Amino acid sequence: MAQELPVIQATPTAALLASGDFDARLATHGIKLLRADAIETLQVNVGKLCNQACKHCHVDASPARTEIMTREVAEQIIEAVRRYSFPTLDITGGAPELNPSFRYLVRAAHALGTHIMVRHNLTVMCEPAQEDLPEFFREHEVEVVSSLPYFLEQQTDAQRGQGVFEKSIRALRRLNAVGYGIEGSGLVLNLVYNPVGAFLPPKQSSIEADFKRELATRYNLSFNRLYTITNMPIRRFLDYLRRTGNEERYMRKLVEAFNPGAVEGLMCRNTLSVDWTGRLYDCDFNQMLELAVAPELPQTIFELDPERFAGGRVMTGSHCFGCTAGAGSSCGGALAKA
Amino acid sequence: MAYYEEEDLRRFSEIGKHRPDLFEKFMAWYEACQEDGALTRREKALIGLAVAHALQCPYCIDAYAQASLEAGSNMEQMTEAIHMASALRGGAALIHGLQAHNSVNKVSM
Repeated sequence: MAQELPVIQATPTAALLASGDFDARLATHGIKLLRADAIETLQVNVGKLCNQACKHCHVDASPARTEIMTREVAEQIIEAVRRYSFPTLDITGGAPELNPSFRYLVRAAHALGTHIMVRHNLTVMCEPAQEDLPEFFREHEVEVVSSLPYFLEQQTDAQRGQGVFEKSIRALRRLNAVGYGIEGSGLVLNLVYNPVGAFLPPKQSSIEADFKRELATRYNLSFNRLYTITNMPIRRFLDYLRRTGNEERYMRKLVEAFNPGAVEGLMCRNTLSVDWTGRLYDCDFNQMLELAVAPELPQTIFELDPERFAGGRVMTGSHCFGCTAGAGSSCGGALAKA
Repeated sequence: MAYYEEEDLRRFSEIGKHRPDLFEKFMAWYEACQEDGALTRREKALIGLAVAHALQCPYCIDAYAQASLEAGSNMEQMTEAIHMASALRGGAALIHGLQAHNSVNKVSM
């Protein structure tokens, strides 16, 4: 697709920017963004506390943040998982492991037979009382999804902070040692690539091959899949775009790379996002923008009725162009076949 | 009047205002060249980056630096491509030294 390498745009840009409204852009392709019949994934953001403060973080998470989920909300999450049997519980943050209710959530969801994914930043394993995370993940058959923006130290530390790469490599060794990312173990370790800057990710299969080769050659490490995720123009990454004069160029890039073929697979269609207070959103990005689910739908986990979400409308904004650019982007990586 | 405005890169299609048929043919050919083929997009983007430097075209350097990044190349790889272009330019200049030698030798005893 030419849009993946937009070296020369034959289409005038002004017209594209004028159609910056995401819903309007969908309408030009005859698409209405609606939820699927069922919620496949309950994605729970347990709060903004993190041991890192990455430059691209859409959550604005850091060690200084204090907003974290209480036990009461965590218990309601488990009640919802028990009652509605969501196939997957996707736990994110911040660094979710730092929440005192994290292990309760994992144990309780595992006991209910739910597939659990944890967005694990690797370095949190080096924090006090977190050294046993690989064994804990293995015991509860957690699918581990970890950010590693590049297989070289310079790029990784530039985005995630000084010393993060070295700690991440140590953590990956620990995960590999208990079987994560090792073929035939059944323990899944997926990595996430974010561009280190204001540009779109490369083709997922191509950069995955690079990561596999380089991590194996340089560090004798292995993993299952690499997901490419586009940086979202919100919160800390938006601040970066503005500070560096890249906002207009980046937004234009996202809009010009709009791919209608990515819409069908958008995660907002079958995922429900819950924040640390129990409020509901169509995705984690909407959550950070405090753009709640449509007002006619249940607003919190305490009143959740999944059937009311079936076929319901998804709340959108210009940031949604981030998920439809090029091959598309989601928490599970690229959406469309390149 | 300023030369090489960054904005002009995005105005490229205005060339098609006159003889749009020729511009459309060019675009079809240009875009076809970018596709994965016997060479990958990444390799093609690096070739583009090297040629951009050999041509010293600021539009092309900007465009293919971005294209190389988005095709998954890192700065080491891009810098090697730029050195290749520069080495060829240097070599091409230097080999012409033989022309000078030949010219001098022809009239020398």
